[in-house]
Amino acid sequence: MIDETHGEKVVAMPWPGHMQRSGPTLANVLVTASVVALFVWSYLGSDIRLGELLSREGGGQILAYVEKLFPPDISAATLSQGLRGAIETFAISFLGTLLAVTIGVLIVFFASRNLMYSGLLYEMEAASWWQRSLRMLPYLAAKSLLNILRTIPEIVWALIFVFIVGLGPFPGMLALGVHTGGVLGKLFGEVLEDVDYQPIEALQSTGASRMQILFYGIAPQVLPQFISYTLYRWEVNIRVAAVLGFVGAGGLGQRIHIAISLFLEHQLLTYLIFIYILVTIVDYLSAYLRRKAT
Amino acid sequence: MKSPARPYFNSEQKSLFPYLFTALFLFALVDSWRRVGVDLPLLFERQGRENLFKFITGMFPPEHSAQFLSLMLRPAMETIQISVLGTLIAIAIGFPIGLLGTRNFSVGGILNEADTSGAPGRYALRFSIYCAARGLLSLFRSIPEFVWAFMFVRAVGLGPFPGVLAIGVAYGGMLGKVYSEIFEAVNARPLEALQSTGANKLQIFFYGWLPQVLPNFVSYTLYRWECAVRASAVLGLVGAGGLGQQIEISMRMFNFNEILTILIILFVMVAAVDVLSSKIRALL
Repeated sequence: MIDETHGEKVVAMPWPGHMQRSGPTLANVLVTASVVALFVWSYLGSDIRLGELLSREGGGQILAYVEKLFPPDISAATLSQGLRGAIETFAISFLGTLLAVTIGVLIVFFASRNLMYSGLLYEMEAASWWQRSLRMLPYLAAKSLLNILRTIPEIVWALIFVFIVGLGPFPGMLALGVHTGGVLGKLFGEVLEDVDYQPIEALQSTGASRMQILFYGIAPQVLPQFISYTLYRWEVNIRVAAVLGFVGAGGLGQRIHIAISLFLEHQLLTYLIFIYILVTIVDYLSAYLRRKAT
Repeated sequence: MKSPARPYFNSEQKSLFPYLFTALFLFALVDSWRRVGVDLPLLFERQGRENLFKFITGMFPPEHSAQFLSLMLRPAMETIQISVLGTLIAIAIGFPIGLLGTRNFSVGGILNEADTSGAPGRYALRFSIYCAARGLLSLFRSIPEFVWAFMFVRAVGLGPFPGVLAIGVAYGGMLGKVYSEIFEAVNARPLEALQSTGANKLQIFFYGWLPQVLPNFVSYTLYRWECAVRASAVLGLVGAGGLGQQIEISMRMFNFNEILTILIILFVMVAAVDVLSSKIRALL
């Protein structure tokens, strides 16, 4: 480029992104190739018939099923069954989430590093190595317990609890509580591990005990986030509670399972509408409460 | 205008909210307790205790014969395959519908104000497209993937195919909603600049919109893929392929040691997918 006033050559400014466009890096090529390979492998390995789905016949099958759903069954018996199921599902999700909070809160304090053995609360202490490792033990136990609770899906927990306590909504509530307890424990732990240290240090310097620090320094900081995570999980749980009935754990799921198995498509549509309404109500309620809490 | 010195606590404005909330909460608690039939002692009664004991002792040692493990290989891979293709379909559903359900793309904002300001008919048309897209997404994601899977099993038969469709539809609804939230949060200035150069809507989309949202899109989609792996592992319970089918068989036969093996496989798989997806995210 020629600068017209001086007639000198000036260096062209590289435009943003210019340097990166010199060519694909090896890492990018490898990632792209492996992602494409993953797609191809998945397509070939799982007898997906996308062509068939888009063809008239395959699409027709689905459309025919959708047509069979209409009109919804609005007889009084089905409506009252649906309403009862919806309330039961709500109850399962509500109590399940409460149980989850209980489990999560009970475990999480043992599962956060800065409350158990390291960080500001402990650095002044001249503890010998075995005292330290003794403190780490409950930490590790709590962490792995949370992992186990979380890894097993709700529906498998439901199968297990149905085996232990029999059919009905009660095992459903236990299943939700145990799995979600693991999830909330992990989320709560992340909140606890990045609390602001200054209030804690201030409290410590006044001679507050660890319990007092927990209640006056840590709890007020983490509570809003705990509440908002809990509400968020409640939204997830209402959807899960609606299907736990598939394995005999009560709620709308049980009625849906029966309706699908016995080819009662009109009833099925009614129950689906109930799920839709219930889920929407809970979503709004949870969003409202979250705004209130934070 | 807000007054600068607002008191933190205004005793004049007592709100009913805490009382109402507490009352409703207690009512829901008592009513739910009764409906669910909470019976905690049941867990520790003789029958429950025996069953629990039978279950836990039955799990050990986990089934590790070569025959069972090789039998599990295919369902395990199928689970991954279902999750990958399901997520792809979810993107294919969520992206276009999410875009139409974005307020500042289809209804208002600087892109549309010039051509809808004097034309209420056009505005109404666009608004109804926007509402239809929103409604469709909320329908897709309100119905749990399990129910979708069972319905697709009825419509297209057993196997991994209905699983893929179920993940695709349910997650399409979730992705679409989040995509439209990301779309709505873009910086409008580049779009305005492009528009003033005379770029058409498609060009604005590709050069103004997409570069801003792509990183968020990829990272959220990867997160959803992790969830899809967990979900597709249990969809087999209703006949939609993957590991779930085996979980149900083993549970019915009371072969709890097989359950433990499957859970271990599931744990390893989910952990591997988590690591892989966080690696990809780090590359972005």
